Amino acid sequence: MNSKNLTQENPFIPEPARIVRTYPLTEDVKFFQVRIVDMERALSFKYNPGQFAMISVLGAGEAPFSISSTPSRPGLLEFCIRKVGSVTKALFRLKENDLIGVRGPYGNGFPIEKMIGKDILIVVGGLGAAPLRSVLLYCLDNRDHFRRVSMLHGAKRPAEMIFREEFLALKEREDLECHLAVDEDDTGIWTENIGVVTTLFPKLEQIDPANIYALVCGPPVMYKFVIKEFIKLKIPKDQILMTLERRMKCGVGKCGHCAIDYIYTCLDGPVFTYWDVIHMRELI
Amino acid sequence: MRIIKLNKDNLFPFLAIISEQAKLWAPVKKGEKHVFKIVNDFSQIEMNTTRTILPPRKIFLPPYFSMFNVSEKGYKEDFSYVTKKILFGIHPCDIHAFLIQDSFFKQAFLDPYYLKARENTLILGLSCWPDENCFAKSTNTHVIEEGFDLFFTDLEDFFLVWIGSSQGDDLIRLKPELFDENLTDKDIQTYLNWQTERDKAYQQKINFIALPDLMELKYNDPLWEKLGEACLACGSCTNVCPTCNCYNIMDKQFLGGKDGKIIRHWDACTLEEYSEVAGGENFRGKRSDRLKLWYTHKLQAYISKYGKPSCVGCGRCVVTCPVGINVLTVAKALLGEEVEAFWSRLNKEVTK
Repeated sequence: MNSKNLTQENPFIPEPARIVRTYPLTEDVKFFQVRIVDMERALSFKYNPGQFAMISVLGAGEAPFSISSTPSRPGLLEFCIRKVGSVTKALFRLKENDLIGVRGPYGNGFPIEKMIGKDILIVVGGLGAAPLRSVLLYCLDNRDHFRRVSMLHGAKRPAEMIFREEFLALKEREDLECHLAVDEDDTGIWTENIGVVTTLFPKLEQIDPANIYALVCGPPVMYKFVIKEFIKLKIPKDQILMTLERRMKCGVGKCGHCAIDYIYTCLDGPVFTYWDVIHMRELI
Repeated sequence: MRIIKLNKDNLFPFLAIISEQAKLWAPVKKGEKHVFKIVNDFSQIEMNTTRTILPPRKIFLPPYFSMFNVSEKGYKEDFSYVTKKILFGIHPCDIHAFLIQDSFFKQAFLDPYYLKARENTLILGLSCWPDENCFAKSTNTHVIEEGFDLFFTDLEDFFLVWIGSSQGDDLIRLKPELFDENLTDKDIQTYLNWQTERDKAYQQKINFIALPDLMELKYNDPLWEKLGEACLACGSCTNVCPTCNCYNIMDKQFLGGKDGKIIRHWDACTLEEYSEVAGGENFRGKRSDRLKLWYTHKLQAYISKYGKPSCVGCGRCVVTCPVGINVLTVAKALLGEEVEAFWSRLNKEVTK
């Protein structure tokens, strides 16, 4: 099979991949663990936290998804996917051992090299956990490369907190500062915080703004409020990183849909600094 | 670059010989307008056209084509639309548009469809004479020095022929006796006079270099709302633009079995669903925002990044937009000139 060569020549050919595991994370979000069928390709699929892949289901189409796994655990790719459109609806119908197509990795990802040796603050809202779990696990797997690592995570209700059990377990770690919150508790047994994610900021220990990278991803409405908190903490604009969603049909800078000003989100993003956002205006 | 001479009477014999090599495409009449089409009867070729309805990029990436045949065995590339072609009658502005598209489809990732079609096509350029809607002189795309295999300058009784590539030279060598290598002083003078007259014939003048700053300064100008009010969001401006490249993908015919095709078709950033993501969030739901994207991309971003606009002054948007929104009127409005267009009149009446 010469699919490897074809992929190099034709960037639009997806790599056949198998769903190894899939289970629901919330009512409308599912976890997919995927392995590229070609073992060699599976192991050589190198990516950065924050990059994305194009996933295709024959007949339904192709769409971009953040990679939720960490490159520090190679071989398997993980995605958490909300059922919102035609491609995701088709994905939800698939079972373990079914085949899908994967192309990538695409985009810039987080600037890990610059982040090494610094404090890392990760602020997650809802499905923003999809790309940020990758960078969080990367930091934890390479814990001695980073200074303080903290995470603030907000969801509407406990049942809607993506990776809830995984993050609750992380709270036990002493080398990670982790605060979780829900807007409202309809279970009566939620033991963590109640309130929007910004109410978690006062819980953070004193931060060192010059030596921190602050990462945020969540629903569009969240950015404004979280960035305000970052600015209050005097974190420089180019150390505030966010990853953005756009319509994409190719992932390789050709179809045009993700264009903003002179950049393409799929090539120059999806990770941008707050300075980029001010500079280019249309980003958020 | 070598320049030789071809007598007018020798053009059809030359076209007859080269069209044995590959299908010949040229501008022909369609109603009152012109289109690029395969020609067998050379007398149909319109030698004095201005712009065709669709730009010749439709030959490299057709409006609708199959990228892959898909079956249970996997993806099979479908290059069935790519055949050897010779394009005759391409004007300098359209060749400049090819050069812009070449660099776009080669950057970061290579687009095999565009590149394969491009490799299989010979470009035979032809000089043109501007009408009132041409502004290629302002975009500095009224003359061309590269990007063609042969270029014909029409000087009434004869053509001067620039040989731009080795393949172009091969075409000449199919029947070299049709051409004359010796140019007389009179021939050269005829060419120089023609050039001077043609330069004078451009009626439109736009200062494109001023536009990036102006677009930034007028980012929130009510002009954009006015344009948005009038825009029909029909996508015509993008379809006729020789530098536009946006497309969409569609999976087709997967009924019952698993066989089907992956279709690639032209898309337009002025259409409503262009920036809409699953779940309904639309980053450019307003027509004014979508127009702003198109103009920012062509006239601001491209100039800032490459020092020239992603507009070649062909005037297709000028003759196509039903409400007069085009590079000329928008640029003039941004430059503070009084604009007489449907959209500007419409808004005067609306705001009364």
